[in-house]
Amino acid sequence: MSSTVQPRGTTKIALTAHSWLVYLFFFAPIFVLIVFSFSDDRNVGRWGGFTLEWYQDFVEHSQLQNAVWVSVRVALLSTVISVVLGTLAALALERFKFRGRKVFDALLYLPIIIPDVTMAVMMLLFFAEFFDILESVFGWDAQKGLGSITISHIAFNISFVSVVVRARLAGMSEVLEEAALDLYATRWKTFRYVTFPQIVPGVAGGALLALTLSLDDVVITQFAAGPGATTLPVFVFGLIRRGVTPLINATSVLMLAASVILVALSLAFQQFSGRGGRPSLRAARQAVSAPSTTNTQIKEGINQ
Amino acid sequence: MTMVADRPEWLEEAAVATPEFEKAAERAASRRGFLLSLPAYAYLVLFFAVPLGIVMIYSFATRNRFGGTDLSGWNLDAYRKLGEPIVRDILFRSLWLAILTTLICLVVAYPFAYFIATRTPLVRNLMLVFVMIPFWTNFLVRNYAWRVLLGNDGLFTNISEALGLGERELLFTTSAVVIGLVYGFLPFMVLPLYASIERIDLSLVEASRDLYASGFQTFRRVLLPLSMPGVIAGSILVFVPSLGAYVTPEILGGAKTTLLGSYIVTQFLTARNWPVGASLSFVLMAVMLVATLVYFRTGGRNL
Repeated sequence: MSSTVQPRGTTKIALTAHSWLVYLFFFAPIFVLIVFSFSDDRNVGRWGGFTLEWYQDFVEHSQLQNAVWVSVRVALLSTVISVVLGTLAALALERFKFRGRKVFDALLYLPIIIPDVTMAVMMLLFFAEFFDILESVFGWDAQKGLGSITISHIAFNISFVSVVVRARLAGMSEVLEEAALDLYATRWKTFRYVTFPQIVPGVAGGALLALTLSLDDVVITQFAAGPGATTLPVFVFGLIRRGVTPLINATSVLMLAASVILVALSLAFQQFSGRGGRPSLRAARQAVSAPSTTNTQIKEGINQ
Repeated sequence: MTMVADRPEWLEEAAVATPEFEKAAERAASRRGFLLSLPAYAYLVLFFAVPLGIVMIYSFATRNRFGGTDLSGWNLDAYRKLGEPIVRDILFRSLWLAILTTLICLVVAYPFAYFIATRTPLVRNLMLVFVMIPFWTNFLVRNYAWRVLLGNDGLFTNISEALGLGERELLFTTSAVVIGLVYGFLPFMVLPLYASIERIDLSLVEASRDLYASGFQTFRRVLLPLSMPGVIAGSILVFVPSLGAYVTPEILGGAKTTLLGSYIVTQFLTARNWPVGASLSFVLMAVMLVATLVYFRTGGRNL
C-alpha cells in the first residue's frame, strides 16, 4: 500500500483517535454494565464491593427461570424448523426455475425488510382472527403462548436462513452436482454427498443467525406471547420499564454472555469454512461409487 | 437447406429428439423446484401473507363504540386520521430523529470505516470482529446498558457532576433516544461503508494526491463518489429501523418523546384503536419498501 493512501501526520493521529473513541463508545456501556452487575449496592451505578448476590437472585427467581426455558425452547424449535424450510427454499431458488419463483423470492425477502412493529401487529391480528376461527369451527379454545411465539419466530427466521444458505449456494459451482448426476447418482445421494457437505457452513451460519434472532426478539414476541408463556427478553423488557435493578443487570450480563458465545461460534464456523470450503472431489466420488440400481445398494451407499 | 442435408446422420437424429426431451426435462426440474419450495412457500403464505392481508383489512375498518373493530363498511377514516396534529407531530418527530440518527452514524462511521479499510489484513479483521460483537449482541441489553449509564445516579451523571457541568439529566430526553439509536445501529453503517471503501482501488486516491488535490478534495471528488453505494446502503440500513424503533424510545425516552413505533403499539394495547394502528403500520411498511427498492436500484445487492 502506498504512502499517500495511508493517512499521515495529524490526519493519522485524528483517525486513530477517532477509531479508539468509536470502540470506547461501543464497549464502555457494556463494560460498565458488567462491572456493576457485581456491585453490592442496591443503587445501580454506585460501587459497593464485590458480590454474586444478584446472580444468585437470578437463579432463584422462578419467573425468570421459566422465561429462560421458554426462550430456549422457542429458539431451538424455531431454528430447527426454519433451517429445514429455509434450506429447501434456498435450494429451490438457486438451483431450479419454476412457476411462481419470482413471487416466492419476493415473499421470502419481505420478513427481512418489514419493520418489527408491523410484523408484531400482523401477528397480533392474525392470532386474534385465527383463534376465533379455531374456536368457532373446531370448538378448540387455543391460547397464545409457546406455540404462537414459535410460529412467529419461524416466519421471520426462514427468510434469514435462506438468504445465508443462498449466498453459499450462489458461490458454488454446479459442476460437481452435474457430474454426480451424470454418473448415475440419485438426486438424494447427490444432495447427501455432494451438495450438502458443501453448504454445511452456510446452513450452520444460518442456524446461528436464527438462534440469535429468536433469542433477541422483543417486539414481535411481545405481541405473539400470551399469559401462558413469555420469553426472557420480553420479561426483562417488562422489568426494565418498572425501573433499573441489580437483578436486571445480572440477567443482562448473562444474556450478553450468551450472545458473545454465539458470535464466537459463528466466527469459528467462518474460519472452518474458509479452510474447508473447497468442494471436495472425494465427496463426489463417494456419491457415485455404488451405482444405485437396487435399494440395498442405496442403503449401503448411504451407510458408508 | 443444403446445410441440413450435409449434417451427419447421428446429428440429424439428435436434433430431432432434443426439443421434446429438453422440454420434458425442464418440466421435471420445474416440478422439483416447486416441490422443494412448497413447505416454506406454504408456511409464509399462511403465517406471513395472510397476516399482512388481515392488517390491510383492519386498516380500512372502523372502530366501534366498545373498543372493538367493525370489519364491514370499508373506509379511509383511519388513514385520514394520520393528518391530525397529534399523529402528524409524531410522524414528523420520528422522521426527524431517524434522519438525525442516520447523519450522526454517517459522520462517525465514515472515517472509522476508511481507517479500517486502510489497515493491514490482520488488523483489519481484528477491528471488524470488534465491530461484529456489538452487532450481534442482544439489542435490549445494549439499550439497557445506556439506561444504567445515563440514569439518576449513573456513571454519566456522576462524571458530569464531578467535572462541574452540573447535574445533567439526559435520561428520558430526545438526546438519550438518539444516543441509543446511534449506539444500536452504528454497526449497520460501518459494515457496508467498509465493504464499499475496501473495494475502491486506492491507487486512485494516490493519483489524486499526486495531481496536487488536497486531502479534502480527494475525499470530496474521489473517495465519496466511489463509496456512494456504501453510503446509500448504510443510510437505509440505519434509517429504516430507526424510523420504526420501539424498544429504544421505550427504554430511554420519556412521555414527551413518543415515536411512531410506541404510538402504534399503544393503539393496540391501550387505546384499542386497531384501524389507526393498522394503517400506521402499513404506512411504515410502505416507507421501508420504497427504501429497499432504492437500495436494490443503487446496486445494494452487490454489497
